[in-house]
Amino acid sequence: MNEMQFLTWVRGPALDIAIGIFLLGVLWRLIEIYSLGRKVDVAPGRHRDGASGLHTVFRRSVPPPGMVKRSPVTYIGGYVFHIGLAIIVFLFEPHIILIRDLTGLSWPGLPSQVIDLVSVITLGAMLVVLADRIKSPVKRYLSTFSDWFTWTLTFLPVLTGWMAVQHLLLPYTTMLALHILSVELLLIVLPFTKLFHAFTVFGSRWYLGKINGHRGVPV
Amino acid sequence: MSASLQKGINALKEVIDAPVASYFNSCVHCGLCAEACLFYLETGDVKYTPIHKLEPLRRVYEQEYTLLGRLGKMVGLSKAVTDDELEEWKELVYDSCTMCGRCSMVCPVGNDIVYMVRKLREGMAVSGHAPDGIKGATKRTVEIGGPMGLKWPAVANVIKKAEAATGVSINVDKPGVDYLVLLSSMEIVNYPEYLEALVKIFKKAGISFTLASDAFEATNAGIQIGASDIAKVIVSRIINSAEKLGVKYVLSPECGHAYMAIRWEGPNLIGRPYKFEVRHVLEVLEELRQKGVLKMKDKFKEPLILHDPCQIVRRGGVLEAPEPLIQTVAENYIPIVDKQKWNWCCGGGGGASAIHTEEAEALRAKAFRIKKRQIEESGVNTMVTFCANCRIVIEEGFDHYEMNTQLLGLTELLAEHLED
Amino acid sequence: MQGPLIDTLARQGVTRRTFFKYCATLASLMALPPSAGRAMAEAMAAAPAASRRPSVIWLPFQECTGCTESITRSHSPSIEGLIFDAISLDYQETLMAAAGHQAEEALHNAMKENEGKYLLIVDGSVPLGLDGAYSCIAGKTNLESLKEAAKGAAAIVAMGSCAAFGGIPKANPNPTGAVAVSDIIKDKPIINIPGCPPIPVVITGVLAHFLTFGSLPELDKLGRPKAFYGETIHDRCYRRPFYDQGKFAKTFDDEGARKGWCLFELGCKGPVTYNACATVKWNGGTSWPVESGHGCLGCSEPDFWDGGGFYRALSMPADPLKMAATAAAVGAAAGVAITFANRAKKSSAKAAHETVTLADLEK
Repeated sequence: MNEMQFLTWVRGPALDIAIGIFLLGVLWRLIEIYSLGRKVDVAPGRHRDGASGLHTVFRRSVPPPGMVKRSPVTYIGGYVFHIGLAIIVFLFEPHIILIRDLTGLSWPGLPSQVIDLVSVITLGAMLVVLADRIKSPVKRYLSTFSDWFTWTLTFLPVLTGWMAVQHLLLPYTTMLALHILSVELLLIVLPFTKLFHAFTVFGSRWYLGKINGHRGVPV
Repeated sequence: MSASLQKGINALKEVIDAPVASYFNSCVHCGLCAEACLFYLETGDVKYTPIHKLEPLRRVYEQEYTLLGRLGKMVGLSKAVTDDELEEWKELVYDSCTMCGRCSMVCPVGNDIVYMVRKLREGMAVSGHAPDGIKGATKRTVEIGGPMGLKWPAVANVIKKAEAATGVSINVDKPGVDYLVLLSSMEIVNYPEYLEALVKIFKKAGISFTLASDAFEATNAGIQIGASDIAKVIVSRIINSAEKLGVKYVLSPECGHAYMAIRWEGPNLIGRPYKFEVRHVLEVLEELRQKGVLKMKDKFKEPLILHDPCQIVRRGGVLEAPEPLIQTVAENYIPIVDKQKWNWCCGGGGGASAIHTEEAEALRAKAFRIKKRQIEESGVNTMVTFCANCRIVIEEGFDHYEMNTQLLGLTELLAEHLED
Repeated sequence: MQGPLIDTLARQGVTRRTFFKYCATLASLMALPPSAGRAMAEAMAAAPAASRRPSVIWLPFQECTGCTESITRSHSPSIEGLIFDAISLDYQETLMAAAGHQAEEALHNAMKENEGKYLLIVDGSVPLGLDGAYSCIAGKTNLESLKEAAKGAAAIVAMGSCAAFGGIPKANPNPTGAVAVSDIIKDKPIINIPGCPPIPVVITGVLAHFLTFGSLPELDKLGRPKAFYGETIHDRCYRRPFYDQGKFAKTFDDEGARKGWCLFELGCKGPVTYNACATVKWNGGTSWPVESGHGCLGCSEPDFWDGGGFYRALSMPADPLKMAATAAAVGAAAGVAITFANRAKKSSAKAAHETVTLADLEK
């Protein structure tokens, strides 16, 4: 298989398979998780629950008082790499074109030099976060194979994408193909690893907000 | 698998729900919950990381309610939860967790960790892996009437003293009044002033109330040990008595988990809302203050800080009442940095204070250092709180560290300075 | 500078100075040192009498003659074409006057006389299907002809994408079983000059190099001269700034197209196409595909015909997704099945519940 065939394969059949497994996994897992349901809380609420679930979905994106100081690397590193990933995934023009092709939705992107800079910062933040996972006793204690594995699978698409644009190590065609392949691997494992928090984080925060909002505690 | 373990696993299968599933799937092992746990912070021991305390529950969830987990268990990738493991986890789930819920406040993905600890305790208790101290308290509550083994005569004694001190005759088992007043054993034994204070304030406010000889104990060790069936038996005494007497309100005393048990868990334990309303004493006092009933003849002069009991404030939702009340009676109230729903636990909630092993007591003493620092940093000699269990634990801490800080109950403080 | 070529050029109105400049440009295009330009000029200008010039044999297989057209059919007499005066083109079906047996004889004579020294140029792919019957010349299959001609060649030039990579004949489903020259010949130096057609100056550059140094220029992994195929169209494209700014033509007649914005979204394969079009341009530097408003097709890359469609952006799926809907349905079905299993499990756990008593707390 030459480079162009490799690229066409990752853009074609491999993408088809990856998106298929991703959709299959996401639906399966979401239903598996949320169909467990929960009992209605029959204790009368302090006030009406209202949008306490939704509030918490947003509120939890802001660090609680004093926590940034306690764990600066986790927060700053975490913010930088999550926001960086979002910018790269959703605001790089070729990615927008892909999203438009798949969903029909599109929006304006950012200049590629900006994406380039964001990629470097994101890679840096991810390396810092990895170093922290190795160094911090709590994180190291909690870490399993899955943590290292998912870190790698998240890191590779950014790295290969950036290297492709920068023409590093391998010809652009090969690197682009590797980039797409790495994204496909990410898509395939996402529903079955902790990366699934990308979906469940909203449900978790919503439940937390609802459960505590019922008792009158905004969390 | 032993029969008791079978029961434990079965209990976990019963309580695992969508929030639990969502939480375990959301955890990214960031370890931030450790930064909110006083046991981790004061010992530096990573095993006290809150999410780690839930490991057996997580595995039962995965092995029972996920397809991949079932497969993993079948091929031996995921090992089953054993009795030995639960025994090892006893320390993590009881000794080193006061169910203060501070971890749930910081989890960036929004995992309600304390919600899951409560559920894990269901499995721990029924499989025989609860600490002896809490087992004893539960046994005494069920068999005698309270965790400290007190019977009605002790309460009658306190009532008599309160009547003598206030000159008010106190109703017992009187139907049709507004409030059924509950006490916690601690208040009966260690802080009888609470009832006196309450009588004084209620007289002033013109509120009618009664005590019930068949339902005086507010605490509920069943909640703490994690046995809902037993908790239901205990809470039903209050519900039955209150509904029999036809009171409008049941007054939860200055006790944290009692409020959690009666106000929030009770209706779910019996599966229906009550025919009365449960109010925490502070909620009532704050309402009286707003109505202008709580007029002070003078104020407490010394600078003081407030310790917000976790189960009443952070987990119970009595967020707004404490500060205006303390400001009414104290001239020099100093708000501390981590206050209200961000307060640090005394270290003995969730049943931990009933565990009297050497290790548990040493651990509690260590965890208390966080409270000690809060007091020292604020530079005061007085702390006020409104939970009898917090009071006992904090006083033990004061003794341990030979601190000469004085600890006051909020209701008593208010009554003491109440206009005659 | 003396020699027959320079005289020929002079007769056609090309001055020594122009020729020298051309050679210098060629050398710099090929990333050779400046002295190489002079060496090339001298070597070619000094090309001796026809009989002793280096022999070149040009074999056409499954091809469209586009490659020959590219180098020979210029609107004005191009200097590229004149390179043929520096060689002895002993066999080229399209250009030679001879036909039939005469042509065959010329071919065999050239092969015999210049054995081990001649340069073999091939355009078109070699069909292997039906024992090669898809393309035969003088009763011989292309495969036979190639093997025979390759035996005595000093080197082989695979001219155009068909000879280099199989090209359009090899496009899916490849009905003739077409393959590239390099798929058959393994024991001779082969230089690939892909493109559909290749750029004329690239052809002359390679020939000039061979004439001057008697060797092939530096090649990349795909056997292409690095000098011309070292960078992508995209990296050298004058529309690149628009790509970086995120300004794309969305259709061929929109505002962006009129303003000359990037054609990436319209399927331009510039980013994955290694060729010199953006710098050398076509038709004597007049224009090139992107400049004329159409995205690069990637014609000089292997299998360009099967690269997921000329009008689909590189970041789009090469094929429409086929599995998505089915996969989603299977996922949902699996979820629902697990839901039933979980419900049953939880119900039986509840059914198995025995009211907890104090005795249960003791193990």
